[in-house]
Formats: sequence, C-alpha cells, structure tokens
Amino acid sequence: MEREVKPQILVTGAGGALAKKVINKLKAKYRIVAVDFRNKVDLGIPVESYKVDFNKRIFEDIFREHHFDGIIHLGRISSSDSDRFSRYNANVIGTRKLLDLAKKYNVKKNLILSTYFVYGASPYNPSLLDEKTPLKASELTMDLVDSVELENLANIYLYKYPELNLTILRPCNIAGPGVRNTFSTLLAEKNAPVLLGFSPLMQFIHIDDMRDAICTAYEKNVKGIYNVAPDDYIAFQDAVEMSGCKKLYIPSIPPILPERIAKFLKWKAFPAHLINYFKYPVIIDGSLFASTFKWKPTKTLDEIFSYYRGLK
Amino acid sequence: MATKKVKIEKAEEVNLNHIGNWDQFISSFPKPAGSYGYDAWGFNIKGVLPFMKVGKWFYEHYFRVQAFGLEHVPKEGRVLIIGNHSGQLPIDAMMLGYTLVTNPYAPRAPKGMMEFFVPQVPFISTWFSRWGGIVGDPENCRRLLQKEEAILVFPEGARGISKPNSKKYQLERFGNGFMRMALENDAPIIPVGIVGCEEIMYQLGDIKPLAKVLRLPVFPILAPVILPSKIIIHIGKPIHFKVDGEIREYMLEEKVNHVKDEINKLIKLGLEKRNSIFDK
Repeated sequence: MEREVKPQILVTGAGGALAKKVINKLKAKYRIVAVDFRNKVDLGIPVESYKVDFNKRIFEDIFREHHFDGIIHLGRISSSDSDRFSRYNANVIGTRKLLDLAKKYNVKKNLILSTYFVYGASPYNPSLLDEKTPLKASELTMDLVDSVELENLANIYLYKYPELNLTILRPCNIAGPGVRNTFSTLLAEKNAPVLLGFSPLMQFIHIDDMRDAICTAYEKNVKGIYNVAPDDYIAFQDAVEMSGCKKLYIPSIPPILPERIAKFLKWKAFPAHLINYFKYPVIIDGSLFASTFKWKPTKTLDEIFSYYRGLK
Repeated sequence: MATKKVKIEKAEEVNLNHIGNWDQFISSFPKPAGSYGYDAWGFNIKGVLPFMKVGKWFYEHYFRVQAFGLEHVPKEGRVLIIGNHSGQLPIDAMMLGYTLVTNPYAPRAPKGMMEFFVPQVPFISTWFSRWGGIVGDPENCRRLLQKEEAILVFPEGARGISKPNSKKYQLERFGNGFMRMALENDAPIIPVGIVGCEEIMYQLGDIKPLAKVLRLPVFPILAPVILPSKIIIHIGKPIHFKVDGEIREYMLEEKVNHVKDEINKLIKLGLEKRNSIFDK
C-alpha cells in the first residue's frame, strides 16, 4: 500500500503549552517535526521530536532529513530562563539560522510568533497600536532587546525574501491552561502584585484562540505582520480580582522603587524589566488579522479568568 | 422632590434629574464597550459613576452650572468639541464633560486630551482614563474620530489653564492641530465658551526657574481656595470646515481664528448673563 504523503511542518518550542496545542490540532493533516531548545518533548506517535540548539550545525540535519513545507516558530527563551546574552543568541541568532535554513531548503510557508511587548509600555502610547507603530520596547528596557531584534530580523527576511511567505504574529497576553508567561503566571498566583495607583488597560487571548489563530494564519498564509488581539479590554487590577487573586500593592513612586522591589523579590510574576507594563497600557489593534484571516476569538474574558479562579 | 432645571437656548427647560437613578442611567448609556465595560481607551461608564455622583453636587450646588445650546451636540457621529481653558485646575473640562454626559438630548461621553505627564501620575492617570481622558496624541485623535467618537479639545493647552488672572477671558494662542484633525477626518467642530472658571482659583505668581527645572510649563503659586464661581457654558452650533485638495498649514490659521471668534462670542454671551461670580 502506498504511504500517504502529508506536508511536513517544523514546529519550534515544542515544550510549550501553545506549541503542544498547535501540534495536536495540525497533526492529523500534517507530518509534524517538533523541536525544543530545552528538552526532547514526548508528543506521542506520529510526532517526531528533537532537542536541538538552532546555532549548532546538527540543526541542519533535520532540514536535510525532512522536506519541510512550512515552519511554525514558537520557541523562545524567556527572561526567567536565561541571561540576556544567551537569550539574544538563542532568540535572535538562532532565528536567523532558522530563516537561513528555511531559505536554503526552500520552505514555502513560515510563521513566527512575536509579542505585543515589542511596542513597549510607554506613557505616551496611543490606544489601538497598529502594525506600523514603531517598536519602542528596547528604548525602555534592555531586557526586551532580543524580542525587538527578532522582529527586526524577521522584517528583513519578510521583505528581502518574499518567497519565504513569512507571517509574523504579535499577540496580546496569551492566557489559559499551561501558559507560563508573566501575566498568566501572575493570575495563577494567590497574591498578585499590582502597582499602587496604576491599573493599565489590557487585552487577553485564550490559548485555544491563539492556537486557532496560528493554525489559520499558517494555512491561509498571507505574509505580513499582524497583531492578534480580541476587541475586548479589562483594567489590570480588575483582571487580578476576576482571577480570584488577592492584590499585593507595591509602591509606585518614586519610579525606581518598584523596580528595586522586583529585583529584590526575583518573582517571575513581577519581573523588573516589565514594570512599565504594570503601569501603562499597550493596547493593540487586531483588526487587520481579524479581517485578513476571517478570525475572531471564541473565548470571553470571563472564561479566561474563570480558569484562574478555579486554581485558587 | 426638588428638581434641577437647566435653561437652554430654545427657551425650553430640560429636567436633568433623569440621572436620579444611577443604575438606570448607566444601563441606558449609549456607549459601546467590551464585556467588562471598558472601551479601547480605558473609559468605563461604571468608573465614571463615582465622579458623576460627586460631580453632580459640584455641578448643581457649588458651581451652579448653567448650560445652553445642548441641542447642538449630535446624538452620534464624530465631532470635535473645542473650548476655552482656564482656572489652574481642569474644572472646566470636568463640568463640560458632566454637561455632555448628562445631556438629555444626546448623552455623549467625550474623550478629553490629557497633558503628556498625566499618565505617569499614580491614581490620577487611572481615574482620568476611566473618565475618558486620553493621551494627547494625533493618532489617538484620528482613531477616535474614525470610531465616530466625540473629542473634547482645549487648544490653548497649558498656556490657557495656567494663565494669570490679569489675562482672564483673553484667549491664548490656539494650536492648529485640532483643525487639521477636523479637516482630515471630516469632523464638525462645536465651539464652546465657558465662563466662570477663570475666577475659581487665583494665581499669585509663577516660579519660572522651578518650572524649568521640573520641565513643567509653569509652577504657579495658587491661593489655596477653590472659589464657588458660577459657571456658564454656551455650546455653539456645529461648524463644518472643508478644504479643496491638499491641506496646507497656512490654510489652517484662518479657520482656527474663525473658531476662536465663535468661542469669544459665546464667552461674551456668558459674561452678559452673569452679574457676579456669586450669582445663584
């Protein structure tokens, strides 16, 4: 019997909750090869899994062995996992290697997951930042340089190598089961830090909706940069309350004080380099993504927060 | 029950006590918002409620505000509401905001441009954004107009609010930005003349070197009293400006002056209606 030939996709960051969901959704239709920097993730048959450093030569062997039709690049080393230098190497230099291999091996569909953090939490931000808004995160904190540089790199490849059909997604806060980013970790805590006198407006997207956004963007493949966010908003302190957390008030003035407290506490849910995101809103306009891909979220804010309430 | 009445230009009297029932007022307020009541700029009608409750007393009893021309505010659609600014504190913005929110013809929650330093001030930044304050950024303004919102602008900015009492009821220089925004987005302009706020707080002096060090437009020495000056608000008819072809900076000046003239006329009307700042 002739073996069914499915298109092959490389998914990075396979150890993360979002990547696992994406893989589970796509594995019936595609042959998935999963890679992760940290460890070899067991995703069950038929998903092939590797632990690999993109900057090592052996990474190319995976491309030689498989003929990828597409790459979904979700893997990222976060600030809590590593120092600034290693993060830059893994996230920026590693992504360049990945994109060079994508070009060399003629990979036709490429998707990179970025973050809304790249816009930077500035007190002068207008609302509904669109994709043309300058990225100011690195101006505000050195710890987000790798995120901004990754975006700049992806932008160069997007325009220099149109054959890569690169899609860059900038989602708002992803939340829900298994998500380990800063704000999801915070909402899962019993006591959540909030800055006294500040409650910036925020957007949250459920991990299942983000999974669907990624899969839709990959399959429809309209190259470009897209914000991904629902058209619904909540003030940070309300989100904390709705998630059943007790507010732990951190003094906000003088501005250096909360930063010092965060450095002293070394708390994943309250990193010093993200203090501004606890103060100023970074509201993104997701309308381009919604209209291009005919996508809209299915989970409400209340459904997101009820998950966190259930953890208490 | 005592009923608060407000006279309007058409010689009708409008009962403003329709907001006696706050819950009903909130639920019937025509404001599109998300599942928790927030819009994309942080406005929240529930967040406005404490301000409204306190504001009602100040509006009706302390400043005894009279508003005329409420019927000129359209029920919906983009509009720039342009007023004169004075009084050291933004009480004129608050009273005009209250007037527009409770307007029985067309309740609108206008967005007001905040000074750039406001988002950095704890508590104030949060309160102001819940009440409709936004960062004074042209992008913000453009997006709001495209979403058919009403925007409150005081083109004199800090020059107006911080001017000394010797310059009262003399309009300072107007920025041109609002006119460009109106023309580019085809938004009508509603001029507003506010009388009474000039006398709310007296400026005794301005410590210029300190203002320079702190990077503030002024560092006023203020009399520590907010006087119960009677406030009279005149809302003018909408003005539609048009430009054929490309908008050039020199084209704005004349149109801005036209708005300024209209505001001056409305201020004059207010001053004529008032005998003294302590009028009932």
